[in-house]
Amino acid sequence: MSQSSQELHLQTLTQLAAGLDSGEFSSVELTQELLARIENLNATLNAFVTVTADQALAAARRADENRAAGNGGALNGLPLVHKDIFCTQGVLTTCGSRMLENFVSPYDAAIVERLASAGAIMLGKTNMDEFAMGSSNETSYFGPVRNPWDLERSPGGSSGGSAAAVAGRLVPAATGTDTGGSIRQPAALTGTVGIKPTYGRVSRYGMIAFASSLDQAGVITRSAEDAALLLGSMAGFDERDSTSIDRPVPDYVAGLSGSLKGLRVGIVRQHFDAGLDVQCGAVVRGSLAELESLGATLTEVDLPNLDLSVPTYCVVAPAECSSNLSRFDGVRFGRRAENPVDLLDLYCRSRGEGFGAEVKRRIMTGTYVLSAGYYDAYYLKAQQVRALISDDFKKAFARVDVIAGPTAPTPAFRLGDKTDDPITMYLNDIYTTGANLAGLPAISVPCGFVEELPIGLHLVGPHFGEEMILRCAHQYQQNTDWHNAAPEAYR
Amino acid sequence: MKASWEVVIGLEIHTQLATRSKIFSAASTTYGAEPNTQACLVDLGYPGTLPVLNEEAVRMACKFGLAVNATVASRSVFARKNYFYPDLPKGYQISQFELPIVVGGELFITDADGNDRRIGITRAHLEEDAGKSIHEGLDHSSGIDLNRAGTPLLEIVSEPDLRSAKEAVAYLRKIRTIVRYLGISDGNMQEGSFRCDANVSVRPCGQTELGTRTELKNLNSFRFIEKAIDFEIERQIELIEDGGTVVQETRLYDSDRGETRSMRTKEEANDYRYFPDPDLLPVEIEDDYVEAVRATLPELPDAKQQRFITEYKVKPDDAGALTASLALADYFEATTAASDAAAQVVANWVMGGLSGALNRDSLDIAASRVTATALAGLLDRIHDKTISGKIAKEVFEAMWAAGGSADAIIEAKGLRQITDHSAIEAVVDSVIAASPDQVAEYKSGKEKLMGYFVGQVMQATGGKANPGQVNSILKKKLS
Repeated sequence: MSQSSQELHLQTLTQLAAGLDSGEFSSVELTQELLARIENLNATLNAFVTVTADQALAAARRADENRAAGNGGALNGLPLVHKDIFCTQGVLTTCGSRMLENFVSPYDAAIVERLASAGAIMLGKTNMDEFAMGSSNETSYFGPVRNPWDLERSPGGSSGGSAAAVAGRLVPAATGTDTGGSIRQPAALTGTVGIKPTYGRVSRYGMIAFASSLDQAGVITRSAEDAALLLGSMAGFDERDSTSIDRPVPDYVAGLSGSLKGLRVGIVRQHFDAGLDVQCGAVVRGSLAELESLGATLTEVDLPNLDLSVPTYCVVAPAECSSNLSRFDGVRFGRRAENPVDLLDLYCRSRGEGFGAEVKRRIMTGTYVLSAGYYDAYYLKAQQVRALISDDFKKAFARVDVIAGPTAPTPAFRLGDKTDDPITMYLNDIYTTGANLAGLPAISVPCGFVEELPIGLHLVGPHFGEEMILRCAHQYQQNTDWHNAAPEAYR
Repeated sequence: MKASWEVVIGLEIHTQLATRSKIFSAASTTYGAEPNTQACLVDLGYPGTLPVLNEEAVRMACKFGLAVNATVASRSVFARKNYFYPDLPKGYQISQFELPIVVGGELFITDADGNDRRIGITRAHLEEDAGKSIHEGLDHSSGIDLNRAGTPLLEIVSEPDLRSAKEAVAYLRKIRTIVRYLGISDGNMQEGSFRCDANVSVRPCGQTELGTRTELKNLNSFRFIEKAIDFEIERQIELIEDGGTVVQETRLYDSDRGETRSMRTKEEANDYRYFPDPDLLPVEIEDDYVEAVRATLPELPDAKQQRFITEYKVKPDDAGALTASLALADYFEATTAASDAAAQVVANWVMGGLSGALNRDSLDIAASRVTATALAGLLDRIHDKTISGKIAKEVFEAMWAAGGSADAIIEAKGLRQITDHSAIEAVVDSVIAASPDQVAEYKSGKEKLMGYFVGQVMQATGGKANPGQVNSILKKKLS
């Protein structure tokens, strides 16, 4: 099938860029078509909190003018959406919370700025778990997002709106954030590609903080090639983020070519133990065999402290969030309780009304683990275990180039299935949190189906190994078709 | 009674660093702007904003560390101090906790017996200031001004080495002099850029164990600090002697009533849940950097005082007073360099007439109406006996009031001293002739009348007669 004959909503960013370049369609036409699709389909998916139609069309017109004048950045006229955790100037930025229900940001996040200056068109802001705390998108104040593969199921979270929008072919690409798996797990559950770069690769400025030492911005797309294209514009040093790293950004698209011959792929035995759904395991093993057939060699590696990654995450992330969310006090921005009788009442009711149950649970957990008398036993211990986990990865990467395994233990689960049991919900991130704790880049790539639900292959690289995991994912996609499968109602 | 008690005081000083922008943002730190006009999104704690450390604040902290003979930590860590308060925008203050930037310094003060006393400095750490709550003029509500939020502070913590309110003040003055010499703070207590909390306890003399301490806050002048500490010492001693016990608590000083009042007890105190701030990297300082900063250190007060004593032969107390302010010390040195007068004479004038005039007009030495060069010109005229010391005071006042050089004023007012022996003798003769009664009294032994005769001569010469000559001629003629 000729790619250019495909309907616009089915095309990848790379294909759309070619179409815009050849004048087959304009950015305005493309934007209009996708806005119409969002208009039609979002009601069922609930993937968006805000659609910025007027702003998008204005930007598309400018992009077309630039193109006509021979100007425009690498992403000129290409549409995308931002997770509602990124501050967007003059546009509602809710973070999925009642606390910020009416918060209009006075400034743009670094990545919003960078993507816009590369010419990308923002079509809207996507739904998410409240303050990115959740793995199912059910903690959003704006209601759960539905998985286009099965509307009764969760698209995962917390970047569930972004994943559903891309999977449902409403948009070709979306930004996301990943603190424990929040880009990769929804990507896996919706059959999309999701990459979390190395900690410090992409600026966190303007990204509403959940757990600062774990948070990292990334993208959800349909192909590794598109992820490479976007990452090239997003990554790079930003002096406004002290944890951002000053290191040249490689040409990720150029890095996609090249064979996987001799690539050493590490397989972690514990990834395939009892916690993993049997059918899921079979699909992932199949994808590993595919990598082998492409020239990679498979080696077993050991991550002895892997089982401690979720418990460690469950101390570190709440600790940081309990402090990060203190600024939401009803004083300067966000929800303010009406007619407070005194200061304490203002705090208690503003926060009590503004935050949902999961956010409250994590603030309480975090406050507890940082308290005098508990700090050493929890927070300090967790930091020590975190160092052990990083060390495990370091040792493994001395022997292999990439570590491969499942992204999530099961396919998409039913909405409401895990909401009563936070621990089971947290365990959904069992394979992904390690990369956050160690600050490593990781990507999830569609690798098959279990009962018509997509499964993700998880590839973790060493620090600044984005080029390598993107190439690995791209070469895999060059030889498989999983990522081109669209949910029936969304083709 | 009081002699049997030993006082133990430790001070925590918050000194505002004189950086142009805030410690974690680019907003200006200028004092006195309209509320909330110097607070950017970072200072307001807006969602998604991040702190970026101002390197100038680090350099200033290093300077201080080196000036008090402390260690500049090769690695220090910013931590979050978590608590809710309306003037604290993020719900936490970025400070340093376990690993401060300056560790283990010292300085010397002069105690009541005139001996040097070493006061240990436990640590100094960098942190951001909070904003201010405003209550005046608002009905049933409070305003918040976040201009000050994010202003860099260096918190300097002393060891509990101070033994009296006077020593505490001497220590504070010394610290303030040092930060001003270093140019890292204006040390202005009224504007709140130099603030102090005092931890005060008492114990029976000879006891090694410390007594229960109270923390005094709201001490915004040296005078109040001394009064508050003295009040608190009395209160604690009386309390214990009456069979009571001191409660560990924070007490506010009420300057209107001259007393301290309980603010909150430690039992109700916050658990601040300190943890390393994940938004900021540890501050790593290399030896080369420290040495480069050391090379920029100015001559410090103690060294300068010593040099004034040995180089200028100035009395130790005067040397101390002159070096208490860098500007004053510079003024003294500039005057001395430009004048033929002895350095001690210059010192007397700087500490006397000049300081008096400055105080009278509430002027800083930098704004003195008489420059060092002008003062030198005046002192030269005393030195070469053109005018007497008394006339010099008149000339100085004229210079202070209207400017101009000493020479011009002496010329214009005809103040040149009369040293012509025969001219003075003629005046003396006429005074003696006009005062037969006084002469008789004097000769009968009432020698105090010499003052009267001198006064008459001086009056007759408009104060211009050389006083030495007047005295010797009078003595000769009356004998």
